[in-house]
Amino acid sequence: MTSVSSSPPTVRSRSLSRILPDYFGSAGSTFLTLLGCGILATIAWFVLDWAVLRATFDATATREECLARGGACWSVIAARWRIILFGIYPFEEQWRSALACTVVVTIIVVSCIPWFWRFWRLASVWVLGTAAFYLLMRGGVFGLRLVSEQNWGGLALTLLMFATTSVLGMPLAIVLALMRRSKMPVIAKTTGIFIDTVRSLPLLAILFTFAVVVPFMLPDFLVGEKLYRVIAASTLFFAAYEAEIIRGGLQGIAKGQEEAAQALGLSYWQSMSRVILPQAFRLALPATINQFVITFMETSLIVVVGFIELLAAGNAAYQTGEWRFAYVEVYAFVAAIYFVFVFGLSRYGAYLEGRLSVGRKQDH
Amino acid sequence: MRLDTFWRSSAARSALLQSAFIAAIGALVVTAVLVAQSNLRAQGLTSGFQFLWKATSWDMNFAVMPATPESPYWWYIVVGLCNTLFMGLLGLTGATVVGLAVGMARTARNPSVRLLGTIYVETFRNLPLILQLYFWYALSTNLPNPRQAIEVGGTMLTARGIYVPGLNIAYSAAVLAVAILVVGGIAIVWLSNTRKVRRMDAKQRRSRLGLTACAFLAAALGAVWWGYSAGTNIFTMPQLQGLNIRGGIRIQPEVYSLAFAISAYGGAYVGEIVRGGFKAVRPGQVEAARALGLSSWQVFWRVQMPLAFRAMLPILTNQYVWLIKATTLGIAVGFTDFFMVIASSITHSGQTLEFIFILMAGFLLVNFSLAAVLNHINRAIAIKGDQIGTGS
Repeated sequence: MTSVSSSPPTVRSRSLSRILPDYFGSAGSTFLTLLGCGILATIAWFVLDWAVLRATFDATATREECLARGGACWSVIAARWRIILFGIYPFEEQWRSALACTVVVTIIVVSCIPWFWRFWRLASVWVLGTAAFYLLMRGGVFGLRLVSEQNWGGLALTLLMFATTSVLGMPLAIVLALMRRSKMPVIAKTTGIFIDTVRSLPLLAILFTFAVVVPFMLPDFLVGEKLYRVIAASTLFFAAYEAEIIRGGLQGIAKGQEEAAQALGLSYWQSMSRVILPQAFRLALPATINQFVITFMETSLIVVVGFIELLAAGNAAYQTGEWRFAYVEVYAFVAAIYFVFVFGLSRYGAYLEGRLSVGRKQDH
Repeated sequence: MRLDTFWRSSAARSALLQSAFIAAIGALVVTAVLVAQSNLRAQGLTSGFQFLWKATSWDMNFAVMPATPESPYWWYIVVGLCNTLFMGLLGLTGATVVGLAVGMARTARNPSVRLLGTIYVETFRNLPLILQLYFWYALSTNLPNPRQAIEVGGTMLTARGIYVPGLNIAYSAAVLAVAILVVGGIAIVWLSNTRKVRRMDAKQRRSRLGLTACAFLAAALGAVWWGYSAGTNIFTMPQLQGLNIRGGIRIQPEVYSLAFAISAYGGAYVGEIVRGGFKAVRPGQVEAARALGLSSWQVFWRVQMPLAFRAMLPILTNQYVWLIKATTLGIAVGFTDFFMVIASSITHSGQTLEFIFILMAGFLLVNFSLAAVLNHINRAIAIKGDQIGTGS
């Protein structure tokens, strides 16, 4: 009885007594704690000192004033942010590029909300969003000045690559995955060879082929703008990887599901679209989000085939004139933009994985 | 009526569909080839592979084997492939070392060490590789010029490259010595796994393996001796002479910034694979090992590590193949790899179709051989049973 009535230890002290041994349990772990904290403090102090304490935030500061202070020279961002974000898009029309970026970010955020995960809802959001983006960027109608694809650049181009690759690549990936699982041997084998070849080539080689070599092998009327060829290359690459992810999802579905659908008298397409694919998607969702994250980072590769996307615009911003010394600041700014998108997407993927696994446990 | 029955037969439908599919792909390929050939003719070029024996007439800025503008195209392709493999080897080694360290940090019991690992992974994994490459390249080309070189223990850091102390021997001898050491390493690993050596007792085994190691070491030293020209200093130290640095071995900014970027970025991914591998080891295995009275080092080295390695290897294979392909990014900073040789050859010779074919064949060859080697290792070390939690 007395042991029951004795007050339990407070939550705080209990958790402390459980955690403290991890930090100071032995001589070795004490050393590691001190070492780890030392390294962390050094990095933190170095970053704080460089990026804040000794940095120049004055937009009108010159190169000499920056160098005299010795820290980060954020003046370069103040002077060049429009080049980094919008590239060589005409100066007075840049509000359109900014609005177009907002549209893409909105459709990405909207696609993350589960209420929209119905085919027609998602499809309409993406088709309308992409059309709005295209109208804003290109203009030529509704009194908007025409800005041809050669002048698109910066963040808008990065987002365009990502959005179009995803919206075109997903359906293509589904088709490829179904073709690879087809019962017709010729179609299954050919698709398999195609997917394996694309997957074993580096994306850069495929981008280069489409940007430089394909015009050589196509009749003139099919060649089109370089930008569209590069989007096609990136879409094919995405589709080949995503097709394998979806195929993995399809393999994870019990054979009984398909048989049950057949027993109900559903046709192939009905059973696929109503029964099999929705479940396959659910299984493939974490890997798909991961693929989106990788695709977002890989949009930066088009800098190599001559496009001024976010990274190339950053290069242009510091490589001209007096700002040559300020490459760290420019890359830090560009990196921060990439980081926000990629970190956000991957955190969302991790959240989704947790949510879905909880759901699966409840099912059984 | 007969057409109706034809459409109802699924075998006939699928045969028709498949022939249409093949016909469509065939038409696409034939059109591409015909258009390309007519374009080639318009430019006065012939198709076929005879051009492979023509001189390239452009220079490589980095080559692991001697190459001059007079070398034929086929030699440039071989050298380019070797450059890619060389960079791949550097990048894979770097990524593995970094990844092991990061993976161990992330599974450490000490929270502050874990935090360090997490910060590393989140930073390097969430930024595009090419951004990191540009950053390291900008950093290395913004180092001071040779006259104000930063000197660290005999190594000089300059904007024109890093100068490290080296051995003053002929290039071919150095390659030969490295090759002998690599072959020796493989031979020892193979020998220690043969049944005959395994049956020997520890002392006998040690002397047998030690003898083999000594033989290969002697052969490598012999190669070094053969490449050493008498009268010169065997060690070469970088030294400032006039405006430039003489002596030592120069590592170009393109080479080390690319190797560094691939190691740092790949290391974050490998680190996650390593963490996954350690998480896949069933806690019961560790407890059983402790119960047998093994020390914590023995538990780690004899039980956790081998089991984790077996769980990691299949995923690691994919990551390695991916990292080899990532060396193509070198084109952004001017590293002459296989892909850059192909790209430059296309612009210089105009033999588009042939080079695209070589490009695909080259990468298929590299990917499949790497995957085959790693899968072979995987099969060889795979264990029966359920010691690691990857089966289900």
